[in-house]
Amino acid sequence: MSIASIEITGHTDAVALLPAVGGDLLLHPIFSAYVSDIGDADLVDMYTDLVVVRRIDAEATALQRQGELGLWAPMLGQEAAQVGSARALRKKDFVFASYREHAVAYLRGVDPTMILRFWRGSTHSGWNPYEVNMTTPAIVVGSQMLHAVGYGMGIRRDRSDDIAITYFGDGATSQGDFSEALGFAASFAAPVVFFCQNNQFAISAPVGVQTTVPIVQRAAGFGIEAVQVDGNDVLAVLAVTRYAAERARNGEGPTFIEAVTYRMGPHTTSDDPTRYRNAEEVARWKERDPINRLLRTLEHRGLATPQMLAAAEATASEFAASVRAGCLGTVEPAPESIFENVYAEPHSLLEEERAEFVSYHGIPDTKTAER
Amino acid sequence: MTTLSLAKAINAGLRRSLGSDDRVMLMGEDVGALGGVFRVTDQLQAEFGRERVFDTPLAESGIIGTAIGLAMRGYRPVCEIQFDGFIYPAFDQIVSQLAKIHKRTDGAVTVPLTIRVPYGGGIGAVEHHSESPEAYFAHTAGLRVVSCSSADDAYAMIQQAIASDDPVLFFEPKRRYWDKEDVDLEAIPTLGLYDARVVTEGTDLTVVAYGPMVATSVAAAREAASEGTSVEVIDLRSLSPIDFGTIERSVAKTGRLVVVHEAPVFLGLGAEIAARISERCFWMLESPVIRVGGYSTPYPPSKVEQYYLPDIDRVLDAVDRSLAVQ
Repeated sequence: MSIASIEITGHTDAVALLPAVGGDLLLHPIFSAYVSDIGDADLVDMYTDLVVVRRIDAEATALQRQGELGLWAPMLGQEAAQVGSARALRKKDFVFASYREHAVAYLRGVDPTMILRFWRGSTHSGWNPYEVNMTTPAIVVGSQMLHAVGYGMGIRRDRSDDIAITYFGDGATSQGDFSEALGFAASFAAPVVFFCQNNQFAISAPVGVQTTVPIVQRAAGFGIEAVQVDGNDVLAVLAVTRYAAERARNGEGPTFIEAVTYRMGPHTTSDDPTRYRNAEEVARWKERDPINRLLRTLEHRGLATPQMLAAAEATASEFAASVRAGCLGTVEPAPESIFENVYAEPHSLLEEERAEFVSYHGIPDTKTAER
Repeated sequence: MTTLSLAKAINAGLRRSLGSDDRVMLMGEDVGALGGVFRVTDQLQAEFGRERVFDTPLAESGIIGTAIGLAMRGYRPVCEIQFDGFIYPAFDQIVSQLAKIHKRTDGAVTVPLTIRVPYGGGIGAVEHHSESPEAYFAHTAGLRVVSCSSADDAYAMIQQAIASDDPVLFFEPKRRYWDKEDVDLEAIPTLGLYDARVVTEGTDLTVVAYGPMVATSVAAAREAASEGTSVEVIDLRSLSPIDFGTIERSVAKTGRLVVVHEAPVFLGLGAEIAARISERCFWMLESPVIRVGGYSTPYPPSKVEQYYLPDIDRVLDAVDRSLAVQ
């Protein structure tokens, strides 16, 4: 039995299951059991997911460069952390995401075109959270973790075996709401998985600015069990997330996962990472590319046939084309829609302002006509 | 009819909401066994259990943030912020999250949260225990802000706030917690949560007040009446939205308006009311709208707070100044 590790400053026991250089799956005394059901077909599916989400990401970056999106936050390099964790969830579980979880959204069943509508500036959301059980982008870093904990407290009161999972980055661990979320989750034994994608940067600030100890250690002070996983190993991420989800479903409360990964691209399309990191570091992480990592195992098992690879590419191209078409075909909201859904119930001031607005702009006021 | 203090009336309203809707829960610091530092939640944990009335860790952002999550799960949390001056750690969750989630999600998610805040001065408290932060929240789209002034009204208003599908900040005038009034526990409210109320009818001048300043203004009106001046007092009740119709009707009758609140005059609710009434009632006004309120200083130490807080004399002084303009 060999326990693999990856190189992380001050920490070398991150869980890994996919070998770095091909060969048989690594064995882990706890976590191998959590993916014992994963067969060849599942590995191929996961590979296809990784290829598809990377392609959607690239298409979105291209659309931003072409002026179709106002901004895009690429997830290049973080595909395995997102695909592995999202695949551990059930439909009824609820995801409280940050703003870079495009692969998670894709796996929850969000139409990728809808993901883009937010970044285009056509809406503040893009999809109905209750239709896929996943929130829309949370831009204030760390704001979503408390929502996950509250939702988890509700799950517990409902005596349900649903769970909540919240995604956040290394930067978010410095926010006060992070500590409050861990404190509340521990105190109320909330069925929540804290999934930290440590992608090494908060825009330009390296993780060392946020913390002087490995992030995974932050949970111990709250009495929360924590696991560090190789975030570029889709199988290991799946295993540890299943483990954390199982604990939550069994009433054992929250679990903290630090997925160690790397943001290969810029923070957003407005960023210039060459100002704060060097090419050698990026090249080192490129060698740990999450897609190639899985591909080597597929090759070892003889699954990486030209047909399989072509099929994955074809699926990716199909999605990319539909995303592009969907983005270009976006119907922008009507001007007077800014007054909609501010409140759930009628609001006198807003009704007055809306009436002035439609009159000023000469918009046929269907709402008033209906009354 | 039952005679209740304002605090007991809110307690009765909370009990009623807890009893009629299983999704309602109370959460906050010391709201459980202690019943809150002002005993507003007294006995409610004993009656409804620790799952529905519970103490939270001492973290205001955490209280509001987790309540948002509970609301997304289908619950109707009522959060207590122990004192006005302690609400600021939760400001981000209130202003950036709570207020915006309904709009953000194009109406898919509603967040029926009630945030109870004992506010205002006059109880001889230490720093951060006497503030009036309502304008911050009234300025924020997506929130509703109300303030009760009397026991009977508070009993109905807290139930209406909890029943609202929008987030409501419910400001409780802590210096009036012990003021008693007859409360009809079975009455069906005649006023909506966002309606202003004429408390004292008059013909010479209108005073608009809310929360702790309603009693002060009514006392001032009584004093003015003894000198032959008829003052109409309006309890605003809702600070966002504001029932301008009730104010306009009164000003159409009196032609004069004084607005009273404890919060600093500068950019307070009075500024908004003065501006709107000047726009809408310009030709009916006999004199400029006058504002009475706190000064542009931090809330002072309690030994000198009486100089900061508007009292009967300061209200009457404003009445005199208004009437002096012919």
